[in-house]
Amino acid sequence: MIELRNINKHFGERHITKDFSCKFEQGKTNLIIGESGSGKTVLLKCMVGLTNVDSGEVLYDGQDFLKMSIKEKQNLRKEMGMLFQGGALFDSKTVEENVTFPLSMFTEMTVEEKAERANFCLSRVNLKNVNNLYPSEISGGMKKRVAIARAIANSPKYLFCDEPNSGLDPKTSILIDKLIKEITLEFNITTVVITHDMNSVMEIGDKVVFICNQQKWWEGTNENILHSDNKELGDFIYVSKFLKELRDKQP
Amino acid sequence: MMRQVFSKPEKLVVYKNEFFHEIDNLGINSLPIIAIISFFMGAVITIQAAFGFTSPWVPIYAIGFTARDSMVLEFSPTMVSLILAGKVGSNIASEIGTMRVTEQIDALEIMGVNSKAFLILPKVLACVLINPFLIIMSMFLGILGGFIMGVFTHVVTAYKYIYGIQYQFNSFNITYALIKTVVFAFIISSVSAYQGYYTEGGALEVGRSSTKAVVYCSILILVFNFLLTQLLLA
Repeated sequence: MIELRNINKHFGERHITKDFSCKFEQGKTNLIIGESGSGKTVLLKCMVGLTNVDSGEVLYDGQDFLKMSIKEKQNLRKEMGMLFQGGALFDSKTVEENVTFPLSMFTEMTVEEKAERANFCLSRVNLKNVNNLYPSEISGGMKKRVAIARAIANSPKYLFCDEPNSGLDPKTSILIDKLIKEITLEFNITTVVITHDMNSVMEIGDKVVFICNQQKWWEGTNENILHSDNKELGDFIYVSKFLKELRDKQP
Repeated sequence: MMRQVFSKPEKLVVYKNEFFHEIDNLGINSLPIIAIISFFMGAVITIQAAFGFTSPWVPIYAIGFTARDSMVLEFSPTMVSLILAGKVGSNIASEIGTMRVTEQIDALEIMGVNSKAFLILPKVLACVLINPFLIIMSMFLGILGGFIMGVFTHVVTAYKYIYGIQYQFNSFNITYALIKTVVFAFIISSVSAYQGYYTEGGALEVGRSSTKAVVYCSILILVFNFLLTQLLLA
């Protein structure tokens, strides 16, 4: 489980988050939603230590991440997997080398064992015959899937996804969402997904946290989000005329 | 930053592979340009020396002597290092800078990898190790270029040139040149890596980091060239 307590972050005069507190449970896909520029990615980066917080606590199964030494943070990070917005695959390495990289760094696996694990992870994300291709030779959707394969290669306890389906067509988006959900259940990991895609929310949102005005504005599940009477959340969800009409027709 | 760069590697085998990759990328790939420049620079120094030595009091073998000392003392260690600052320095800064802006460095950090050591250490070690070989090759090719072009253009005979390059040979000059080379190699790799690692923004900033790396490396090479010359030869 990951717990955030009173996280504050600001860049200069601009506040990004104010007293943000939340719990993300194991074996569930926890979604953080909000408008572009609402500070979702910064919050995620604060959680994994890529950005320093001004004050607050980030607890991983009760251990305060922010108070850890560099070495302790590095050890904890070996249990994390992260899917970046652009994939962040290593350009100079092939797909297989990307997937086996964490294994090469932190395990004593043989070349054959690593190849076997890479094939398993790639098949898990429905990719075949791409092992020897470079990231520049595959599509955006495939890059995302390779990034997921790399993130799960070392069997992480925590999975972070920063807008996993941005720039993807609806069909591939749903495929990626389903993958994240399946992997979360299969490996019983704590997954935190940043998104502003309502399809993702309805598809995989076991727990949904809505950020507005630099604060946690609403918290619930995908089942009760549509019936929420929170005005800001309603404005975020029912942004189009079509959706507003659909809401008004609801009993 | 340097303390983290030189901290204990997570997995020696992975670092070793990266090191050999960098030897190839930063060293072997620089061979052609250094060979061409050194060969023609040696040829030009020889012809210019022959053109300048018009007095009958200056022996003809002084042409070989001049070509040797110019290449060994200054051209190969300093000028070639300046050329490497442009080629290797911009390569390192842009490679690491691109990794920074495309979140590849963040990805390394999230995996628990010491990104500073993983990205910078193999480059620094590769440069410090391979650059002396490049400089020795540059010296050899420069002197060879002077010989071939000097004999070909009839400004000096083969015998007088070879006598000149052996005349009053001081082996410390080679040591001096190699000490300079190692210091310059460290400057090129570390300054460029620093500029790349701390890139913020996008493609435009990667270009800026690359330019800054070349400018800072060049200035530092010139300053350290003066300091080391004063320290070792004065």
